[in-house]
Amino acid sequence: MNYTEFLLWVRGPAFHFATAILVLGLTLRFLEMLFLGSPRQYAAVRSNGIAGGIRTVISRFAPPEPGVFQRSWFIIVAGYLFHLGFFISFFLFAPHIILLKSLLGVSWPGLPAPVINIITIISLFAMITLLINRWYYPVLRFLSDFEDYLSWTLAFLPLFTGYLAFHHIWLPYPLMLALHILSVEILMIVLPFTKLIHTFTFIIARWTNGARAAQKGVQV
Amino acid sequence: MSAATFARGYQALKENIDISIAAYFQSCVHCGMCADACLFYTETNDPKYTPIHKLAPLRKVWEQEYTLLGRLKVWLGLAQPLKDEELAEWKEYIYDSCTLCGRCSMVCPVGNDLVYMIRKAREGMAAAGHAPAGLIGATTRAIQIGSPMGLKWLALQTQIKHVENDTGLTIPIDQVGAEFLVLMSAMEIINFPEYLAAVAKIMKHVGKTWTISTEAFEATNSGIQIGASDIAKELVSRIVKAAEKLQVKTVISPECGHAYMAIRWEGPNLMGRYFKFQVKHILEVLDEFRDQGKLKTDGIFETARLTYHDPCQIARRGGVIEQPRNLLKLIARNFVEMADHGKMNWCCGGGGGVSAIDEAHELRTKVFNRKKNQLQELKVEKLVTACANCRIIIEEGFEAYQMELPIIGLTEMVAEHLVEK
Repeated sequence: MNYTEFLLWVRGPAFHFATAILVLGLTLRFLEMLFLGSPRQYAAVRSNGIAGGIRTVISRFAPPEPGVFQRSWFIIVAGYLFHLGFFISFFLFAPHIILLKSLLGVSWPGLPAPVINIITIISLFAMITLLINRWYYPVLRFLSDFEDYLSWTLAFLPLFTGYLAFHHIWLPYPLMLALHILSVEILMIVLPFTKLIHTFTFIIARWTNGARAAQKGVQV
Repeated sequence: MSAATFARGYQALKENIDISIAAYFQSCVHCGMCADACLFYTETNDPKYTPIHKLAPLRKVWEQEYTLLGRLKVWLGLAQPLKDEELAEWKEYIYDSCTLCGRCSMVCPVGNDLVYMIRKAREGMAAAGHAPAGLIGATTRAIQIGSPMGLKWLALQTQIKHVENDTGLTIPIDQVGAEFLVLMSAMEIINFPEYLAAVAKIMKHVGKTWTISTEAFEATNSGIQIGASDIAKELVSRIVKAAEKLQVKTVISPECGHAYMAIRWEGPNLMGRYFKFQVKHILEVLDEFRDQGKLKTDGIFETARLTYHDPCQIARRGGVIEQPRNLLKLIARNFVEMADHGKMNWCCGGGGGVSAIDEAHELRTKVFNRKKNQLQELKVEKLVTACANCRIIIEEGFEAYQMELPIIGLTEMVAEHLVEK
């Protein structure tokens, strides 16, 4: 298999396989979760919790209160930079938009490549500092397990290989591009079965927490 | 409650897992922010007190019972099922070092309600026989005698006589058709009978009918603290029966954090039905009186620089946040807030039953350092709160840290400022 054949393979059968696993995996994980049900609320609530649930889903994107920020500022700043960089380079890089248009049928304006380049560098740098922090900070060293490092690696590789492919560094472009696509496919396959699934489940987590608190009259 | 066994504990953990818990475990990315929100970590710097770590046994049960991958891991020998020894080891995390304060649930970036899970995990721990002896004792006394501190009606009756003698007011007992049923916490009966005197004075002032029940005067619920829903339900049902028998409109939860959570929020769910009466915290009732213009203050304001300690179950987990502030503004000129207050307040260190756990005494004294620092930063001359348990814990903390600061219950303070009618 030469570079071109490899690239065609990752773009074709491998991509279809990864998409199928992602969809089936997410379906399985959500069904596992939804079948557990939720206890009924009999207490006289102060609000039905719907607005509060939605508010918490949104409000936890915002920086926390000063007291919380002060104590956890590093993880918050680096976490923001990584997540924002990841999503901006994924959704607003022109070649990605073309690919997404072919899949979803809709498109949107992208950012200039040099801007994406800088954002990717910032995001990669944030990820590296997050990894160092995971080793260095006692709480994170204590909590971290194989899955944490696996998740980090799988999120890092698409950004890293994308950066290398964009700059034509290290390996021939078709091979690097194929590796970039492959790294995304591995991420898609593994996502439903690891904590990377928080990409989707955070909505349920924030929603239930926010709704229950709002029923008691507290905005969390 | 049948005999505690590991099988029962495991079953209880399994049964308590719902959609939200599954979403919480799947969403956790081990960012560690919950540690920074927990005073057991901030005051010890020991990572083992990180809130999400306290939930490792529950996570194991979720993963191995409710996920295909988790089952596969056990089947292939890649993961070990939960063992009784693990639960025994986790007693320190699920009970001794968690006051159910819920501060961690406020900061989690993915939105996990960690304390909701700790509360559920306690169900498994109690059923497996790994609850602390202090809480088992309190729960046994609550069921057998009627109060976690072993107080019988006679004890309250004696205090009622004292209060009646001191105030010249009559404390109504078992009055059918009264508007309010007033509950007490054991701590108030023993240590702070002035609460009862304050309620009597306020009720006379506003001209409302109220009563104490001889059958259900104890508001606290050890069943919830220990994590035994069957016991918690029995304790709640005593209050429900009395309230319905006396046909009251409203049951007033006393100056006690977890009692409010138990009867107001968990109570109807434990009973599996809606209540025919309302449940309000005393501060909610007082704030309503204020709002209706029924509280006529004497115009003499507290001039001391004072602050208010929010009991976690009343504020963060109960939704009574503005009411104490409204009341304080009515009677105090120099009320200042701690840097973290209201829904972000720091726990006193003794909530969630921790105050009843002997072996947790040293640890909770250590973590009281957080509250001590908060108060010292503020340089206040008086501390106001609305929970008898917080009050005792804070007083003990002051003693341990050789600090002097008068503490008063807000109900009592309000009563002191009313004009005599």
